[in-house]
Amino acid sequence: MKLKVLAAGVMMAVAGPAMAAELTISCGAVGAELQLCKEGVQQWEAKTGNTVNVVSTPNSSTERLSLYQQILNAQSSDIDVMQIDIVWPGMLGSHLVDLRKYLPKNATDGFFDTLIDSNTVDGRLVAMPWFTDAGVLYYRKDLLEKYDAEVPETWTALTDTATRIQQAERDGGKGGMWGYVFQGSAYEGLTVNALEWIASFGGGTIVDDEGEVTVNNPQAAKALTLASTWVNTISPPGVLNYTEEEARGVFQSGNAVFMRNWPYAWSLAQADASDIKDKVGVTQLPKGGNDGQHAAGLGGWNLAVSRYSDHPELAAQLVAFLTSPEEQKRRALEGAYNPTIAALYKDQDVLKAAPFFGTLYTTFTSAVARPSAVTRDKYPRVSNAFFNTVHKVLSGQTTAEQGLEALEGDLDRVKRRRW
Amino acid sequence: MASHDTAVAGNTSRPSGRERGTRVRRRRVRAAWIFLTPMLIGLLLVAGWPLMRTFWFSMTDASLSQMGGASFIGLENYLVYDDGWYGVLADSLWWNSVWNTLYFTVVSVGCETVLGIIVALVLNANFRGRTLVRAAMLIPWAIPTIVSAKMWAWMLNDQFGIINHILISLGLIDMPLAWTANADLSMWAVIIVDVWKATPFVALLVLAALQMLPSDCYEAARVDGIHPVRVFFKVTLPLITPALLVAVIFRALDALRVFDVIYVLTSNASSTMTMSVYARQQLVEFQDVGYGSAASTLLFLIIALITVAYLYLGRRQLGGDS
Repeated sequence: MKLKVLAAGVMMAVAGPAMAAELTISCGAVGAELQLCKEGVQQWEAKTGNTVNVVSTPNSSTERLSLYQQILNAQSSDIDVMQIDIVWPGMLGSHLVDLRKYLPKNATDGFFDTLIDSNTVDGRLVAMPWFTDAGVLYYRKDLLEKYDAEVPETWTALTDTATRIQQAERDGGKGGMWGYVFQGSAYEGLTVNALEWIASFGGGTIVDDEGEVTVNNPQAAKALTLASTWVNTISPPGVLNYTEEEARGVFQSGNAVFMRNWPYAWSLAQADASDIKDKVGVTQLPKGGNDGQHAAGLGGWNLAVSRYSDHPELAAQLVAFLTSPEEQKRRALEGAYNPTIAALYKDQDVLKAAPFFGTLYTTFTSAVARPSAVTRDKYPRVSNAFFNTVHKVLSGQTTAEQGLEALEGDLDRVKRRRW
Repeated sequence: MASHDTAVAGNTSRPSGRERGTRVRRRRVRAAWIFLTPMLIGLLLVAGWPLMRTFWFSMTDASLSQMGGASFIGLENYLVYDDGWYGVLADSLWWNSVWNTLYFTVVSVGCETVLGIIVALVLNANFRGRTLVRAAMLIPWAIPTIVSAKMWAWMLNDQFGIINHILISLGLIDMPLAWTANADLSMWAVIIVDVWKATPFVALLVLAALQMLPSDCYEAARVDGIHPVRVFFKVTLPLITPALLVAVIFRALDALRVFDVIYVLTSNASSTMTMSVYARQQLVEFQDVGYGSAASTLLFLIIALITVAYLYLGRRQLGGDS
């Protein structure tokens, strides 16, 4: 057995340069992601004659990170190109190649500087931005019109409107109607959702840029207290176990008035098979109060090449192809994935396919980042403590004030063992 | 096994052949060791070595991304005072996980045992299509846990799950329950799935024991006109107890290190977090090999302690009549 593997390895090493290489890329499988990834990869295969295997990864980003960590720590060459979250470069950077070594000097021209910065670790460009993300509010245009309601500007207005429409729809015979769905499962997505609530109330970003734990403040408590009133009133009790796709499932089958999600849900909601085609609007997430601000959580995914890849150069070329303006435009048109290249936001085709790219341009460029840069490899602990606390507050096991005080203690404990 | 054989050899040897007896005995002991050695080496390699390594890691500050650069920090991962207590033993989440694990084990194994006996008694009766039912009963046990847990996750879904649909149709509840999201319900959801899966295992072992029962006791009971329920508690139950104890320890060991069903259904939620889930989270998600190894070591010690106590208490039934 071992001998066979060894023999195969030797044969490959000898014949390697002459024949086309085989690469493996891991793509997300949320919404139309996997399909788009496969199509992009096929184009590259046709162009270069290499073969690329596409593997899908868990939808929960928390689990996806664990998977990558296991693969990378085992120094496995199984996956050459990895789709990594905007908060991971700091954690995974040491396992990833410096793409500048393989790509031309102008490879990052035209990309958003902030994204290139967050993918640069100690001067090494460890990933290329593939698509960016920011939390947006989806609403049912038809229902708001029917009940003569306005698109909510504040979370309180959203609560009121959602309560009113949900009640009216239920009285009208639509028993399964809910007001608002979001990502409330105890995972990374809840960290982003809760960060948006807290930041919109002016409650900071859990840990500030200097590394001080700032989460225990009255504004944050106010935000979480309001959010906890949603569960079981305007949000289904099961929202406490929803990730992106479960929330979209409820909204897209016409059972929710509002939904917080990433832009990808747009093209799926507008697909022919969708129950709510042409009945959906997208706007920025509400403000915390009249003196609050609109805060969208920054997300987004990047393509990186594993240091343990057998073909780093080819893998880097695949990354360059998939992040090229043409490919990003195709993904924006077909899947509403936000380009990471500024010029594409002025492209008429793109704006026609996803009009909110134009109207929400500032939302995408000024989204609120999670405190991953300052907490570095302790970020998973910070995020975990945070989303568990929020989950407890939402499920009514503790009040916002008590929860945040305990969280502050927990985070201080984490901080003591070096950020 | 070895000591039993040699004891027999010693007893049967006649006084005059005492020397021969010891020689035979010695040869047998040697043979026993030769036969046991491969297994002992195997055990040392696959169980002893990883265990020692985990124990060693638990006393370092190793991290998953740099296993090489670990330094020895003694028992700090377990407990250390540094302006407040730190370490696994000072973490309320750990004790919460220990409690969850014990609760899960007692309730799920208890239910499985009772249901397993009932199912086995039914399957032991003579009725048409018995073979078919016996085979069908094994299906839950044959499905990989990940698959069955995922299946149940869909069935328990609050919006489109069939369980809620049935309960609402029957008029038992008027709002769908969020089985896996609600902290009060999620432990029960996990227990239900585990009981569904593992009951066939207990039933199988009990059924095997039932089929070996001597029929004369039952004939005597019938002649005396004893009530069937009394027969069960006075005759059947004592006779199948050894098999039952084996089934229970198998299940209890499985339940104490439960991971898959819980991780699939409720991920890392603290209301159902068990010791294994806790250790994995520290090791993999937080990359803290030292701390996670400390949790794994404690997990091992707790399971070992419970097993030893169980074997000691059940020694009369498990070890035959010696």
